[in-house]
Amino acid sequence: MSERHFRVWRGDSEGGEFVDYTIDVEPGMVVLDCIHRIQAQHAEDLACRWNCKAGKCGSCSMEINGKPKLSCMTRMNTFGPDETITIQPMKTFPVVRDLVSDVSFNYRQNARIRPLKPRPRGKDGEHRMYQEDVDRVQEFRKCIECFLCQDVCHVLRDQDAMERFTGPRFMIRLASLEMHPLDTDDRVPEIRDEFGSGLCNITRCCTEVCPEHIGITDNAIIPLKERVVDRYYDPLMWLMRKITGRK
Amino acid sequence: MRDINELQTIEHDVLVVGAGGAGLRAAIEASRLGLSTGVIMKSLLGKAHTVMAEGGMAAALGNVDDRDNWKVHFRDTMRGGKFLNVWRMAEIHAKDAPERVRELEDWGAVFDRTRDGLINQRNFGGHRFPRLAHVGDRTGLELIRTLQDAGVHNGIDFHMECIGVDLALDGGRVAGMLAYWRDTGRFVLFKAPAVIFATGGAGKAWRVTSNSWEYTGDGFGMAYRAGAELMDMEFNQFHPTGMVWPPSVRGTLVTEGVRGEGGILKNSEGVRFMFDNIPERFAAETADSVEEAARWLEGDRDARRPPELLTRDVVARAIRKEVKEGRGSPHGGAFLDIATQQPADFIKRKLPSMYHQFKELAEVDITAEPMEVGPTLHYYMGGIRVDAITQMTNVPGLFAAGECGTGLHGANRLGGNSLSDLIVFGARAGQGAKQYLDSLSGTPQPQGDHVNDLIDEVVGFLNREEGENPYVVVDDLQVAMEEHVGIVREGRELEEGIEKLAGLVERAKRVKAHPSSQYNPGWNTCIDLRNLLVSAEATARSALSRQESRGAHTRLDFEGEREDQLKYNNVVVQASDGSMDLRQEARPEPPEELARIAHASIEDLEANRV
Ligand SMILES: Cc1cc2nc3c(=O)[nH]c(=O)nc-3n(C[C@H](O)[C@H](O)[C@H](O)COP(=O)(O)OP(=O)(O)OC[C@H]3O[C@@H](n4cnc5c(N)ncnc54)[C@H](O)[C@@H]3O)c2cc1C
Ligand code: SF4
Ligand code: SF4
Ligand code: FES
Repeated sequence: MSERHFRVWRGDSEGGEFVDYTIDVEPGMVVLDCIHRIQAQHAEDLACRWNCKAGKCGSCSMEINGKPKLSCMTRMNTFGPDETITIQPMKTFPVVRDLVSDVSFNYRQNARIRPLKPRPRGKDGEHRMYQEDVDRVQEFRKCIECFLCQDVCHVLRDQDAMERFTGPRFMIRLASLEMHPLDTDDRVPEIRDEFGSGLCNITRCCTEVCPEHIGITDNAIIPLKERVVDRYYDPLMWLMRKITGRK
Repeated sequence: MRDINELQTIEHDVLVVGAGGAGLRAAIEASRLGLSTGVIMKSLLGKAHTVMAEGGMAAALGNVDDRDNWKVHFRDTMRGGKFLNVWRMAEIHAKDAPERVRELEDWGAVFDRTRDGLINQRNFGGHRFPRLAHVGDRTGLELIRTLQDAGVHNGIDFHMECIGVDLALDGGRVAGMLAYWRDTGRFVLFKAPAVIFATGGAGKAWRVTSNSWEYTGDGFGMAYRAGAELMDMEFNQFHPTGMVWPPSVRGTLVTEGVRGEGGILKNSEGVRFMFDNIPERFAAETADSVEEAARWLEGDRDARRPPELLTRDVVARAIRKEVKEGRGSPHGGAFLDIATQQPADFIKRKLPSMYHQFKELAEVDITAEPMEVGPTLHYYMGGIRVDAITQMTNVPGLFAAGECGTGLHGANRLGGNSLSDLIVFGARAGQGAKQYLDSLSGTPQPQGDHVNDLIDEVVGFLNREEGENPYVVVDDLQVAMEEHVGIVREGRELEEGIEKLAGLVERAKRVKAHPSSQYNPGWNTCIDLRNLLVSAEATARSALSRQESRGAHTRLDFEGEREDQLKYNNVVVQASDGSMDLRQEARPEPPEELARIAHASIEDLEANRV
């Protein structure tokens, strides 16, 4: 057991400040455990979101010593023994209270994406898809909607661009539909025009913070950009794909 | 006195409480049937318990073993539930599940595939054949995301971080629900003549649990106060494999998929102790040597299943015994070993989130070392009593589906039967609500006085000058439940536990929260505590009433199953003076055709002779 120092941002949309707390920490604890201990011992009304405590639900996102992270998967022994740990809410979204931010922007983005338009089932009533054809899509579907990638994307940090760029989380959502073996919809025009694929300049910051290790930039965004390029600047390539039927 | 007309009011035909698999599926059904549908939830959309489910969802698709069919699934479910299941529900579940799973594919779900391009299925405890449709070990995520995305495009209104306090009634019929927004603490009155509860369980009544903060039995408490019946509450599933170390993650689930993919259990002496714990009922269908178990893993269709895949109640008790008798692992569990059974890349591909979870949280590499595991409170088999076909409770207009309902699982749930339960009975609850509304005369209206009383009660926690910290009461409750209503129970202990609970009920009335209602977890806890206590008390009283050991309910003073005890269900209701009433209600005779299937030999079933 050892004594550890924390600086936790407390406040709401009107403003706030860092408050210092000291608690005892035992081996094996993660940052979220420490927040709970602060709640139990010093600040019963400290607001934070969490559910699964195992990196599966994406609720507990926050910035820990300046880095966007899941607090339930950030072990205390990853810090120096005397390091003070600074905790604040995600910066890209408006704060609600303390460590809780208003992530409704993301839910609005999701609602804009048209659903899967599946081809008809086979004669036997089944959809046939092969594992090698769904591997890519399954990678994108691992997303736990922690929105850490959205938080770190510098395009979204600029309020105006938020109108024009949907962000990395929703680029992979679009990719998971565009590359879905059953989907019959044509999504390329809107990927460029409405969701703003051109605004991403491939800094890969999103990929670096993704707790699910999804290849957001290389496996989703770049291939989507390529499809846009094919369509608008290399129609021959596009035609080839249409003829060979590759999704 | 405040005027309830000044409260924020939202109207729907159907209000669904809960956005896990059951709630979302119910909402989709209701909305597709043309009803205006709203969903409230304690957290954000997509974060309910369902997201954590790992192993898979059971449906007799027969994609991997074509001998599977609904009858075998039904029989497995009844045997797993020790025949206390509601027969009709087990039948409907086994019959409907395949189509409910297939339709998820049309909505975008991408399950792991067989070589022929069909939905792949894996083995799980108590299921005769590979039956669980899955996506690695993140099946729940796939389910919830698929339903969430489908729901968004079905015109459903999602009200996030909006917590139900209690039902509003009109002459005994449902009229809506009082709720509050978590971020502001403001109240909102939902007017809705049909309300579907899909609120999950009450695992938070125990200390070691796989459940998150949301699982405080709100559905149980709210239904009970509205006059609904709680049935079979003594059946609480302790999952055999929760993490035991480090302390902060004690209870976090380790999927049964580990054993389904070949993982074995050993004690500190290196003995595979499950071979010594095979109950008679399962002996004929379980491997009796390491060699036979190994052949099964290699796909030999004549070999019998390894004993590690016996039902959860059996495995959980066996682990507890090893620990009690001094053969436990260093932190008080058993060793779960897949490293010596499967190659590292196989483990990483089939169980990626387990690999990740142990690596990050316990610094254990499961491809090289065994895990330490022990029982953790996981699931409520009991819950709100419903009609098998419509999912309506005895309160007109109130429906329940998913974990908060009861009937399908009997005395013990098979792994994978919950996710399929959610989509099967979620959809049926939506249909049930439609039927009810079609025949409803007039529109029940919330009653001002009642709503005012409800508000006063919960605002009281904020306004009082002095009172106890709610977290301390929750803590004491958890200790009491571990001690008195744990995995193994005994009459005297249960009686003492019930007494302790009575004391906690009194303390819970006097708790106090920090006076700001905005996103205040302390206040939320004060409100939840009322429901946690109803759940805990109903559980303890039912456990005392059932004088036998059956499935997940084990009594030291009444060993073994007793025939006469199979003839009734425990039903709990609120008496007119506010106290808790329990009655033993006779079960109807099983439908003859179903009884024949459930008791048939496996050979006859496979050969389609039943
Ligand atoms: C770690 C883990 C792994 C599991 N693995 C499997 C598996 O592999 N296979 C399987 O079949 N089952 C599995 N289970 C069990 C299964 O996941 C759950 O039983 C199931 O998801 C419950 O779903 P549900 O729809 O009934 O409710 P939940 O998903 O529990 O959702 C409950 C909803 O109700 C809401 N709610 C509760 N109270 C209120 C209130 N007062 N006001 C408003 N909203 C409220 C919550 O916010 C939430 O949205 C697992 C469970 C856990 C914890
Ligand atoms: S790679 Fe693109 S989406 Fe990702 S952070 Fe950079 S700009 Fe944003
Ligand atoms: S893509 Fe990764 S970082 Fe982004 S929301 Fe999903 S899981 Fe989080
Ligand atoms: S609490 Fe679920 S990811 Fe951290």
